[in-house]
Parts: sequence; structure tokens; C-alpha cells
Amino acid sequence: MYLADSRSTKAAVAPDTRPGRRPAAVPPTVLALGAVSLITDVSSEMVTAVLPLYVVAGLGLSPLGFGLLDGINNGVGALVRLAGGHLADGGGRRHKVVAGLGYGLSALCKPLLLLAHTLPVLSAVLAVDRTGKGLRTAPRDAMISLATQPEHRGRAFGVHRAMDTTGALLGPLVAFAVLRATVDGYDAVFAVSGCVAVLGVLVLVLFVPRRIAPAGAAALPEPARPALRDSLGLLRRPELRRLTLCAALLGLTTVSDSFLYLLLQREADLPADLFPLLPLGTAAVFLLLAVPLGALADRISRRRLFLAGHGVLLLGYGLVLSPWHGVPAVVAVLALHGTFYAATDGVLAAATAGAVPAQHQGAGQALVGTGQALARFACSLAFGAAWSLWGGRTALAVTAAALAISALVASFILRPADEMSPAEVSP
Amino acid sequence: MTRTTRLVILLAAVLLLGSVGTGAVLYAAHRSGMRDQQQANGPTVRTGTVSLRPTADRRLLVRNLAWGPHRDEIATVPADDPQGPRTASGVKCLRFHAAAGTGICLQAVHGTLRDTYRAVVLDSHLHELHHFPAAGIPTRARVSPSGHLVAWTVFVSGDSYAGTNFSTRTAIVDTRTWKIDDNLETFRVIKDGRTYHAADTNIWGVTFADDTRFYATLATGGQTYLVRGDVTTRTLTTLHRNVECPSLSPDGTRIAYKKRVKGASPDAPWRLYVLNLRTMKETATAEQRNIDDQALWSDDSTLVYALPGDYGSDLWTVPADGTGTARRLMASAVAPAYLG
Repeated sequence: MYLADSRSTKAAVAPDTRPGRRPAAVPPTVLALGAVSLITDVSSEMVTAVLPLYVVAGLGLSPLGFGLLDGINNGVGALVRLAGGHLADGGGRRHKVVAGLGYGLSALCKPLLLLAHTLPVLSAVLAVDRTGKGLRTAPRDAMISLATQPEHRGRAFGVHRAMDTTGALLGPLVAFAVLRATVDGYDAVFAVSGCVAVLGVLVLVLFVPRRIAPAGAAALPEPARPALRDSLGLLRRPELRRLTLCAALLGLTTVSDSFLYLLLQREADLPADLFPLLPLGTAAVFLLLAVPLGALADRISRRRLFLAGHGVLLLGYGLVLSPWHGVPAVVAVLALHGTFYAATDGVLAAATAGAVPAQHQGAGQALVGTGQALARFACSLAFGAAWSLWGGRTALAVTAAALAISALVASFILRPADEMSPAEVSP
Repeated sequence: MTRTTRLVILLAAVLLLGSVGTGAVLYAAHRSGMRDQQQANGPTVRTGTVSLRPTADRRLLVRNLAWGPHRDEIATVPADDPQGPRTASGVKCLRFHAAAGTGICLQAVHGTLRDTYRAVVLDSHLHELHHFPAAGIPTRARVSPSGHLVAWTVFVSGDSYAGTNFSTRTAIVDTRTWKIDDNLETFRVIKDGRTYHAADTNIWGVTFADDTRFYATLATGGQTYLVRGDVTTRTLTTLHRNVECPSLSPDGTRIAYKKRVKGASPDAPWRLYVLNLRTMKETATAEQRNIDDQALWSDDSTLVYALPGDYGSDLWTVPADGTGTARRLMASAVAPAYLG
């Protein structure tokens, strides 16, 4: 565990641009935030993994129609994310406080699960859990941006995403170990998940500095508290506007994971028991490639890699539609899907960081992230409707064509802008 | 705060949270251990031979939920003495059904990293004939009256990141050829006379008429439908709205089902109804409580279904024509099937 008190932060982010040197260490704050995400994801994925079993076997309920609140949750989630980003930028940067509130809110929900015995109550608790997630996402990404030298942000976000995904992969394993030890002790799973969540909040409180001085930039004058107008006015910055536009445009043509897995399973005629393993394939590739691709983004260009990632996704769609079926084809699609996430998820956050000034990092991350999330949600609705009209294959073919066009348009929009504004390169 | 202080606080917190977590696990494990102890007021359960062969006297088979060493085993009682001593078979199933010497048993397989599920087809001695992997958590199982076809439904939760969206997967197997239709969603859906496509279709709760035709629930666009299925033409034809978990009467004229009723609380939305397939007239049964089970016909005029009970669930019975009152048939049991 790296410690992130003010002394070590300064030491770690001292500019180190001499040629021939090994790349600078990942800032301790980023590792601390990665640890918080890892621990929190263990906690939340523990719950996600046993929830279906708990509902069906533990409570004896039929969970169909359980996802009905998803649409409302998505809308509220977007608003909460924007609010989180904006609030975090206020009064001497309250990123840590807002992120802590978000993590804390989700941690509170775990013991509440012990009391929820009906689907409506359960849905409500999960909605609050998601609110916590929405609240913390933008401030967390803002802190990663602020703590890292601009030229290393791609790698820093890669490290964070890899740690985050590690937690997501570990969570279900912990959950089943507990379930095995207790023979269907769902309450024990929720209790352990709650303890893990509290530990995550504690690591945040102890090891993430309250105020993060922007790395690699001269000490800025204490920023005035940004007004809501300033946060929304960020979109007047051409660079951020282009990035948000492209993220949303490409998000509109990004088929949701569940639809992709469903199609993959049907097209490849996969044995039903392999279906639950598909998300694990994507996550494993994401985990492996997040750091190298993040570092690559720092070298070649984040925007270029972000676009290339969507090219990889397009290849994946093509493979699903191709006549090549069978297990190797499925593995290839999952590898491409995981590569897509590794090349776009943290990379977009890093590109966003370069397009907004330090005092607006929270709001900037929230704007781009929300734009992308809402666009993906719209894509899900449209894709579902297209599936009803034309069937799944045709719906994917149309989406693939739209993705190709979006990627072309996006590469045109993003081309004229330089990777980083000169002000940020030279402190 | 110095580095040492932080580390000490972290260590103390890890110890404290670790103790709380360990305590919760130990408590839950102890409580599970209790379930292996027979309860003084529970039914008598003996080990014995359970056969699916037709015999002179009618028997009721259930998954026994009474605490003790035979918990979760398929057990049998005389049909006219359901509260009497149970004979346990040693075969554990989450869901079970049997007819004409064929049994379908949905089981959990405890792996090292996670649980998986499988559907096991049993012969009349409850020996495994064949098994198939199942993609999720078992919920419904049925055997056709001839014993030739078996069907089951499991819940799958789409992907681990979105998490909260559940869907079902229903399979039908022909035990004469072991050919499996792994996913009934690939059948052609004929809705209001026209072929219908949708990504959100879910099918569950098969009930067989014979070795070709069956009924099931189709859900799409937030609406459920009774469908008539055909395994030869691989079609599903919608017949009626708002029908879940259908169960065909032995004479083939009526469907008992869960109906989502207006004005019911959202956590208890279903009531037990019977639909006449000729007139399409719906009749509410005298059971006023929320039902979340695929009912079973014990004869042409009586329904059996599970309701939550002290040890998981109890079996209840009510007349199918809307008269009479609901009455408890037996405690601590689920997944009934009549033989003989």
C-alpha cells in the first residue's frame, strides 16, 4: 500500500522527463483510489453475484420484471453523476468529500439488504446503491486526473481500471466461498460485503489526500467556487464539446453487453451453461490490456486510441455476424470486446482530463461520462426496438453500419484538435 | 496524521471488520447446521425405496423441506394421507416432477468456484438416465403425461455488470431420442396471427398436453401471454393475456395459472385463476393470497400449490371451480407430483 500524504505526492509527481529513464511511478493517490475501487467492487460484485440466487432460492420470488426500474435508474443516475461532478469542483475542490459520500452511501445499502424481503424494497435499496455509484464516479476520475502528470494520465486510468476490474472478478469468488461455508447464508454474504465496503471507505479516508494539487502544473490561484453555469459552460470549450459529442455519438452505436452476449450465444449456438462465463471473458481481457493500452494512449494519442478501440468493436460485431462460429470465434469476439473496453474506458477519461482546466475536472468528467452513458442507454432502447422489428442479426448489422459511420464522423471531428493544449504541456 | 497512525487505524479496522464478517459467517453456518437436526414437531421421515412406477395406490411425491438428514430429498406419501410419514429417496432436487415412470430433477452442482445447475432425467427407480447442463437457477419442471417429454425453466441474470435484469431459459428434451431444444426463444412466435420478433421475449412454465403440444408463458414488452406450443412445427401461438405459470388440467380443458391482478400490492401481485380453454372464461379460485408457483392438478377439479411456510414452503389445496376454501395439504414440502 502506497501512502498518499502530501510529501510523497509531491515527490512522486516531480516532473521526470529526462530521456532514457524508466517511466515515472504511478502516483500513490491513483493506487489508493484503485485500491478503494478494487475493494468496493469486491463488495458490490459479491452482492450482484448472489442476488439472483437470493431472490429465487432464498426469498422464493420470481424476479421477472425486476429490471423495470432500470430506465428510471439510468435517468436519475445521469443527473446524480452530473451533480456529483459539479459539487466536487466546489469550494477548494471537494472531490474526496463527494466521492466519500458516494462510497459511504453504497456501503450503507449492504446492511439494508438484510432487511429487504420483497422485490420493491430490494429494488429501492439497489437504486440507492446506484445513486452512490453515480455520485462518486466523476470526483474519483477527477482526482486521478489531478494527481497524475498530464502525459501519464492514460496509464494512470489504465491502472485504476485494471484494479477496479480485478475487484469485480474477485467479488463473485468471495461471495461463493461465503455461501459455501454457510450453506445458503445470504445474510452472511451481505454482512461480509458490508464490512468490505466499509473498508473501502476507510482506505479512501486514510490514504487519499483531501486536496490534490494538480500534478505538473504551476500552483494555481485558489479557484473560486464554480457556479453551475460555469460547469455547464464547459461545453463552450470546443475541445470538450468535440469529445462529448464523439463519446455520445459512438455511445449511440455501442450495443449493450447483455444484447451482445445474447446475440453471441444465439449466433454461435453456445451451450447454455457457458453463457454466464461470457462477461468474465470480456473482463479478463479488459484487465490484462487496460495498463498497456493506457500507456500506448499516452504515447500515440488518446483520441486516436479511443477511435481505434471502436474500430476493434466494429471488428467484433463483424465477427458475430460472420459465418465463422464455434468456441474459437466466441473467444475472439470476447477478446475484441475486452480490448475495446481497455482502449476506450480509461482512455476517454484521460482524454477528457486534457480538455478541461484543473478546477473543472469533476464537472468535465461528469459531462463526458454522462453523455456516453445516456447515449448507450438510448442505443439499448433503439436496439431492443430494432430487434423486435427485424430480428437480432439485422439489428446488429444496422448498428455496425451506424458505428462505422459514427467512427468516421468522430475521426473527422477529433482530428483538428491537438492532443493537449500547450498550456498543460509546459507548466 | 502520520503514516504509522494511518496504518495502525487500518490494521485495527481490518481486525474489527474481519471479526464482524467472521462472526456473521459462523452464525450463518451454525444456523444451517440446525437444519440438519430433525424437529420434534416435524413429520416423520424414513429412508426407503421410492419408485415412479404406477402402483395400485396413488402417491404424492414432493421435495421434502422438513429439517433433518433428509431435507431437500424427494420423498413420497400416500395421496390420501399427505400428513403421514414420508419415505425419502436419497435423491436431492431443487425442482422435481414425474409422470409415467419418468422423473425430471433440477439439481445444484457445488463446484469449487461457483455453483452450476443441471437437469437430470430419472428412470422409474430414480436412477439417472441422462443429464443436461442448465444455464441458471431452476424454477419450473414438468414431464409430459406419457413420460416421453420433459421441460424445465431456469432463471439467468444477463450480465454481471448490469446485474439486475433477469430472464428465463426454457428447454424441452425428448427422452426417446435425447434431442434437446435448449432455448424455446428460438421457436417462431405467432402473435395475433403474425410472426413476431423481439429481443425481450422470455418463456417459462411449460405444461404438456401430449407429446407434441404444450402450453407455456411468453413475456414480451411488459406483457405476459398464454401460448400454445408445438414441438414439431417449433411454433408458439399466443392465446390469452396475463397468464403466468400455466398448468393444464388432466382432461385438457382448463389452465390453472397465476394472474397479475389490478390493485394488488406490487410485492404480491398474483392470484390463482383457472381459464377455460374453450370459452376463454377466467375463474378466480377461493385462494385469496399471492401465489408464486406453477399449480398442479391433483384431479380434474382440485389444485395443489406451494405457499411460503415456516420451513420454506407448505403445500395447499383449493377447488378449481372457485368454490370452497383453501386448505393446507402438507407442511414443509414443495414441487409436488402425483403418481398412480
